[in-house]
Amino acid sequence: MPDVQSMVLEFVNKLRKRKIEGSQATARCTVELLRSVISHHRVPHANQASALIDAVKAVGAQLVAANPVELAVGNVVRRVLHIIREEDLSLATAAVAGLDLLEASDDDEDVNGKGIGYPGMSAAVVAAAARSTLRPPSLQTLLEGTPESATVPYTSSSGADSESKTADKSSVTRKLKHDVIEGVNQLIHEIAGCHEQIAEQAIEHIHQNEVILTLGSSRTVLEFLCAAKEKKRSFRVFVAEGAPRYQGHLLAKELVARGLQTTVITDSAVFAMISRVNMVIIGAHAVMANGGVIGPVGVNMAALAAKKHAVPFVVLAGSHKLCPLYPHNPEVLLNELRSPSELLDFGEFSDCLDFGSGSGSPLLQVVNPTFDYVPPSLVSLFITDTGGHNPSYMYRLIADYYSADDLVM
Amino acid sequence: MGAQKKGGARVSEDSEEQSRQRLQAILLADSFTTKFRPVTLERPKVLLPLVNVPMIDYTLAWLESAGIEEVFVFCCAHSTQVIDYLETSEWHSHPNLVVRTIESHKSISAGDALRYIYEQQTETSQIQGDFVLVSGDTVSNMPLADLIQEHRERKKRDEKAIMTMVIKKSKPSLITHQSRLGTDQLFIAVDPLTKQLLHYEEDKVDYARGSVCLDKSLMESNPSVLLYNDMQDCYIDICSPEVLSLFEDNFDYQHLRRHFVKGVLVDDIMGYKIFTHEIGSSYAARVDNFRSYDTVSKDIIQRWTYPYVPDINFGGNRPVKLGRQGIYRACDVVQSRSADVGASTVVGYGTKIGNGDRILNSVIGNGCSIGSNVVIEGSYIWNNVTIEDGCEIRNAIVCDGVRIRAGAVLEPGVVLSFKVVVGRDFVVPAYSKVSLLQQPMKEDSDEELEYADSSSGTADRLSGLSLEMESKGSELGPDGAGYIWEVCEGAHDEEWKHSVAPIPEDKLAEITQAMDDYDDMEDESVVPTSGELKSDADSINTDVNDPGDDYGYFEKEVEGTFLRAVEEGIKVELGVLEINSLRLSYNMESADCAGAIFYSMMKLAVDTPHSSASELYKTASSIIAKWKGLLGFYVKQTDEQIEVIMKFEEMCQETAKELGPLFAQILHVLYEKDVVQEDAIMRWAEEKAGADEADKVYLQQCETFIQWLKEASEEEDEDDDEEED
Repeated sequence: MPDVQSMVLEFVNKLRKRKIEGSQATARCTVELLRSVISHHRVPHANQASALIDAVKAVGAQLVAANPVELAVGNVVRRVLHIIREEDLSLATAAVAGLDLLEASDDDEDVNGKGIGYPGMSAAVVAAAARSTLRPPSLQTLLEGTPESATVPYTSSSGADSESKTADKSSVTRKLKHDVIEGVNQLIHEIAGCHEQIAEQAIEHIHQNEVILTLGSSRTVLEFLCAAKEKKRSFRVFVAEGAPRYQGHLLAKELVARGLQTTVITDSAVFAMISRVNMVIIGAHAVMANGGVIGPVGVNMAALAAKKHAVPFVVLAGSHKLCPLYPHNPEVLLNELRSPSELLDFGEFSDCLDFGSGSGSPLLQVVNPTFDYVPPSLVSLFITDTGGHNPSYMYRLIADYYSADDLVM
Repeated sequence: MGAQKKGGARVSEDSEEQSRQRLQAILLADSFTTKFRPVTLERPKVLLPLVNVPMIDYTLAWLESAGIEEVFVFCCAHSTQVIDYLETSEWHSHPNLVVRTIESHKSISAGDALRYIYEQQTETSQIQGDFVLVSGDTVSNMPLADLIQEHRERKKRDEKAIMTMVIKKSKPSLITHQSRLGTDQLFIAVDPLTKQLLHYEEDKVDYARGSVCLDKSLMESNPSVLLYNDMQDCYIDICSPEVLSLFEDNFDYQHLRRHFVKGVLVDDIMGYKIFTHEIGSSYAARVDNFRSYDTVSKDIIQRWTYPYVPDINFGGNRPVKLGRQGIYRACDVVQSRSADVGASTVVGYGTKIGNGDRILNSVIGNGCSIGSNVVIEGSYIWNNVTIEDGCEIRNAIVCDGVRIRAGAVLEPGVVLSFKVVVGRDFVVPAYSKVSLLQQPMKEDSDEELEYADSSSGTADRLSGLSLEMESKGSELGPDGAGYIWEVCEGAHDEEWKHSVAPIPEDKLAEITQAMDDYDDMEDESVVPTSGELKSDADSINTDVNDPGDDYGYFEKEVEGTFLRAVEEGIKVELGVLEINSLRLSYNMESADCAGAIFYSMMKLAVDTPHSSASELYKTASSIIAKWKGLLGFYVKQTDEQIEVIMKFEEMCQETAKELGPLFAQILHVLYEKDVVQEDAIMRWAEEKAGADEADKVYLQQCETFIQWLKEASEEEDEDDDEEED
């Protein structure tokens, strides 16, 4: 698989050189890369799931290290790992069911062809197994002991009939990979479609003649606002320009192109304008497990202003932006300082940066952070592709998407 | 690549290929200078760490990210080290960037290197089209693709546009006239519309006068010219293949700027043109000397080079974590609680920092161990350095494996080369360069020659040397090892300019003082008005600098004018006009004119063939009679008249001794012709009365005349009094 290796290297290279940025783009590239990693990975006969997990983890670690600030990369890697674990588990339970049936009907083909074709049998087991992977085993599950028993009979029964085991195993292998790729495809679909999913809910949140404030540029926000517009809602949008990258200007351009009434304001005018605003809508870079939001720089200021004036502060985030990590974790890199040249003209300030005279220590420091952190207490509502949620519900949502084993990679 | 494709597709593919050639670059992994000595005696400059990453990695990472597909790395000094490094680094078998090395030991300049590359081209590795020419010490994050495209399109329109040079705005220091990178202030002239480079002046600029000399033809051929003095040459050039052949044709081209650019601009061979490209928001700089090493390091720490910063893994480096106040610290650093690590500091992997240390504005490499109560400010400590308790290090560069024993002090500007040991409590004097290798006695009289003959012998010499050292102690204290290099003559003044240490206050004050003094003089003397600029280029750039000389020059001009006037019989009015214009252009007083004219008149008299003193007297008085109108124009004030007398006296004493005996007589003539009034003569006599005996010769000579004048005036006064009564 040299070509996969080179693809990984290329993507790592792009991430490192900051040639690919933004959670949407990185998430999509990551998941597509992982799909080809999985499809090219030659799975051994034994322990195919853990082999796949190791392969994905190895690539994932490289990707995360390449640009730790793009949290979406880590999220997607964990999602894929979760898919592998889930599929493995459901296959295992299906196999248990299949083996049970095998003894009764002796029909190999049918079992392997249909896979989860025994809904009556597997559904309960799958559900129980899934539950066990979602969260640390609760007292109840420990007492019930269902998931553990799901894997035990499989291993014991496989030792019983060696001939049927080998045939069964290769098909299970193929099956696992197939199912995982199926699952990853679904994830790709989900990431690609999250804008529409979120935008569908726009009509419930934006009302007639309202004034919406947003900051920076986010495709999700753009689609959200346009969806409301398409539903014949008439409202006005204030766009804070989002210095120093001024992505708000781009957003304003696009909004106007779609026929929305748009006003561009400076970031520093946010507080002055907030009393006229009915709702603040922000696109997130990442949503942390505690419900805190990482967004473009200046967002915290807007959130505080909104809090002061009791204006709802709504955050739009596709599910790939949900990060299972907590912001106080020292391993998590929340911010990146970019080049001062976005703020200052080097030529104009070059005399301030002359280290040849004076004490030689730089008197002029320029700090250009990319992101801002908004604590969960300032967020009124999260709108994800699965609907609206409270900040305090985020940890639960995250437990649905990630398995606890993958949190530390 | 198109070989296996079908024939039908060939035509379109060819044109496509032309527009999308492989992007190639030539990287010179040798600077062909000795500015980083003694460090470069043991390791090539491109492998020296810049914020803990070898310089060449910055260049390669940037080239790769800018879309360059193939790089020819030209290695000369320590070529094996460079090649070994490249083979073990991640650039070996990089998916997007093919790194080829070219080795040559004979080249002693960039020109030689390019000629060698030109000769060595083979089928598989050759320069196919436009290429980027950089040196291996360039740090940049500028995008190249658009620039190369621009260059190609320009080339298509104009065959002669062979090079695009990248410049960046950066203000030079007003006091020292050097850029922040420690290079001399650069003057360039650019056509504002086409961006064509018209003039390039790096050295030989007369800072004190603030003047730069442009060729007149420049003004003739271009409607407008933009002159910059706040540009920095990034030494990044987009070149067409013609550049290589131009180097091949002109075998005396050595330096890229001093010879090649000058050659193209001045000698105008084949009418080739060089264009400039100014970069705005991106960063580009070259590490040319220790000062720029310091400056570029600080720029990297301040993230101007983003994404090539220490906390991003851009080329095989281990990223270190960025904390508050711009402190980059590797995760496994062992730091004492009482240590104070200040702003803008980088600390590498496996480094231990002891109790009570104070570290500020510094870069510390990997695997260093720093004792307690050490002060490190503005310094660059490379890898595996041991610093014992209580040392003080300010604005120094400390190379790999150095050991600094307890209590030693490094004063600003010190450079310790590899494995030097500084003895206990030893104070290394400011700006000294210390190496285990002895200073090469007399360099082969060739300043361009880089490092000592390549790496071969160094290692052996080293081991033998250190043994010897330990036995007899060294210049660095009883338990030290290393030689302090002597500063070569002439470079002593420059030492502080190019060192890592900031320029000391007293030096700055000194320069400022010198500038002020100059300005004061300037005020009274020269400021040529544009109307009188002589048409030939060098007339502005005369080497007369101080006002004294300037007067001499003026005097000569006046003399010339006067002689011409005499020869051609020009009228007095016209003569006045000519001399007036000279007076304006040299910013002279009319007294100076008077002196000069009188000088010319007397000179003429003396130069006219004569046999006796009386004959000389006759000629002199006839000349005075004839030209008194001219002289009279400038001697309306008493002061000016005195000036004439003084001049006369001076002449008699120095240049024209023959006139000496005639002094009184000629003075009388001057009085009679109304050139000099009696007031002036009296005042001159009064002034001279107090002078030395030697000076009084002429006064005594005229004593009778003055006596007569006095009497005459007294009589007159009496007459006046009578009248008033």
